[in-house]
Amino acid sequence: MAGLDLTVAAGECFGLLGPNGAGKTTTIEILEGLTPPDGGEVEVLGGSWGDGAPDGGRALRERLGIQLQETQLADKLTVAETLQLFRSFYRRSHTVDEVLALVELEEKRGARVVTLSGGQKQRLSVACALVSRPELLFLDEPTTGLDPQSRRQLWEIIRRFKEAGGTVLLTTHYMEEAERLCDRVAIMDHGKVIALGTPDELIASLGADQIVEFALSDGSTPAGLDGLPGVKGVRPGPDRIALTVAQVHRAVPALLVLVERQGAELSLLATHHATLDDVFVALTGRQLRDA
Amino acid sequence: MHEHPLVQLTLARMREFYREPEAIFWVFGFPIVLAFALGLAFRNSGPGELKVGVAAGPGDSALAATLDASQQLGATVLDSAAARLRLRTGRIALLVVPGDPIVYRYDSTRTESRLARLEVDDALQRARGRSDPAAVRDERIVEAGSRYIDFLIPGLLGMNLLGSGIWGVGFSVVQARQKKLLKRFMATPMRRSHYLLGFILSRLLFLFVEVVALVGFGRVMFGVGIRGSVLVLAGITILGALSFAGLGLLVASRARTIEGVSGLMNLVMLPMWILSGTFFSYARFPDAMIPFVKALPLTALNDALRAVMIDGASFTGLGAPLAVVTGWGAVSFVVALKIFRWR
Repeated sequence: MAGLDLTVAAGECFGLLGPNGAGKTTTIEILEGLTPPDGGEVEVLGGSWGDGAPDGGRALRERLGIQLQETQLADKLTVAETLQLFRSFYRRSHTVDEVLALVELEEKRGARVVTLSGGQKQRLSVACALVSRPELLFLDEPTTGLDPQSRRQLWEIIRRFKEAGGTVLLTTHYMEEAERLCDRVAIMDHGKVIALGTPDELIASLGADQIVEFALSDGSTPAGLDGLPGVKGVRPGPDRIALTVAQVHRAVPALLVLVERQGAELSLLATHHATLDDVFVALTGRQLRDA
Repeated sequence: MHEHPLVQLTLARMREFYREPEAIFWVFGFPIVLAFALGLAFRNSGPGELKVGVAAGPGDSALAATLDASQQLGATVLDSAAARLRLRTGRIALLVVPGDPIVYRYDSTRTESRLARLEVDDALQRARGRSDPAAVRDERIVEAGSRYIDFLIPGLLGMNLLGSGIWGVGFSVVQARQKKLLKRFMATPMRRSHYLLGFILSRLLFLFVEVVALVGFGRVMFGVGIRGSVLVLAGITILGALSFAGLGLLVASRARTIEGVSGLMNLVMLPMWILSGTFFSYARFPDAMIPFVKALPLTALNDALRAVMIDGASFTGLGAPLAVVTGWGAVSFVVALKIFRWR
């Protein structure tokens, strides 16, 4: 981790986006006071971790909600017992019923943790973080490995928490998640922040908001692509060529003419709105998913 | 009160424990099965009839008849090959070879054989007309507390306290560490002392069930009583449980995996099972080893438990063993706290 300089404002949802191994978890655990930093300063809700805190940081912990990526809750306890245990650690907390309603697990109240599905376990894990009525919620890869429906349920929980005035810091390697949930995003790679801004700003930094992907049947790359009208950038990939395009309706006909003039044949042509994934590719030359 | 983290942590520990059927068996069932089996195998029926052989030769059957007449002896005439085999395999305790002099062939390191030597000689000399100048009369009694089962029950109690302390605490701590649950707790304002105390409190609650089950079983099944005060016994078991919970914390203080901690647990427990006088008296070990054996916490606890249950001792006579038990517990707890890996 090097040269990380981030500020998260109250009431915002801030996302650390990056591939596995980019240093997201280390960053969030330093902020959570679980991993001591090698150097630098960390300030959380006006307080700090380490020797300065007279009560071992307990007063600060009262105001945080933390979900860790790898925690497995005790299998033999029920959902309600688990929440009862976690709420006993806080002076000011939600009742078990309140927090069950927040994560829509009411019908699993008496079920043992071992019997829960992946999505339910994850919601319980988030419930354990929410039970403290936190001002600041830390979520480390909250939806990794979940099915699309469970993922949307969690997004809804996080959105409601934010609407109620909470601040969220989450890590994810799903660009869609970051785009939907986060007010601001820091894109991380190899322990560094390589881009920072709102999702719209980051996408706008590509210079255009449309992506045209195509491939020729003979696998060649035609010359003169960057001279086409509306084309702001050209990125040859392993199996396709991606063009960053401002005006699709001008760029695509021009591309077709160019291809025809070279006597080549298209094997693929697709267009989509630029995403954070395209930002990551533009910055690193790698796909976020398989980086 | 119900909301207190210490109460919740203790409850969580207990729930996790009693919802694990295997744990229930090893803590409550196994010692009882062991007591039952060993109590049956070593019940005090006395030495019974001693089997002796008479080597084939002139006057062998008369000799055998004389010996057989004794209540303590059973004699068979055997040819020399059979006699040698039976003597070697312990199926006869002694071989009588007729002649002049009569020869007793036996292994003098075997208690049974030496007993047979006395009985055989007594029967033969009397039959040949020996007269006993002093009049004697036998008075047979059974001394309470002298049976094997009386010795065994306190030992099993001690062993069980050791086992459930080390397994109960060690496994759960390492499991919580392995599943990153310990780290998750560290992300809350939970006090570390509450977490550790929760283990100790839940141990004390289960201790009550453990002790009542085993002592009750010994009493109902074999009539094993408690000579001393029940309160003193309770005090000693609580002290033992606390001490072993401390030892359990120490064993689990650094290990990251269940496999790792299992090895450590066996390393701690196996020597004590053998050395500490659970199944047989540690007085059988060479004198040079005794001070070392006595310094083990399980030895000290077993000594104290036996002193109360068998000899009716009170706290006053138990200073030394109880100091050993307390010392181990206190040192383990302090060291465990110092080196504990919280994540």
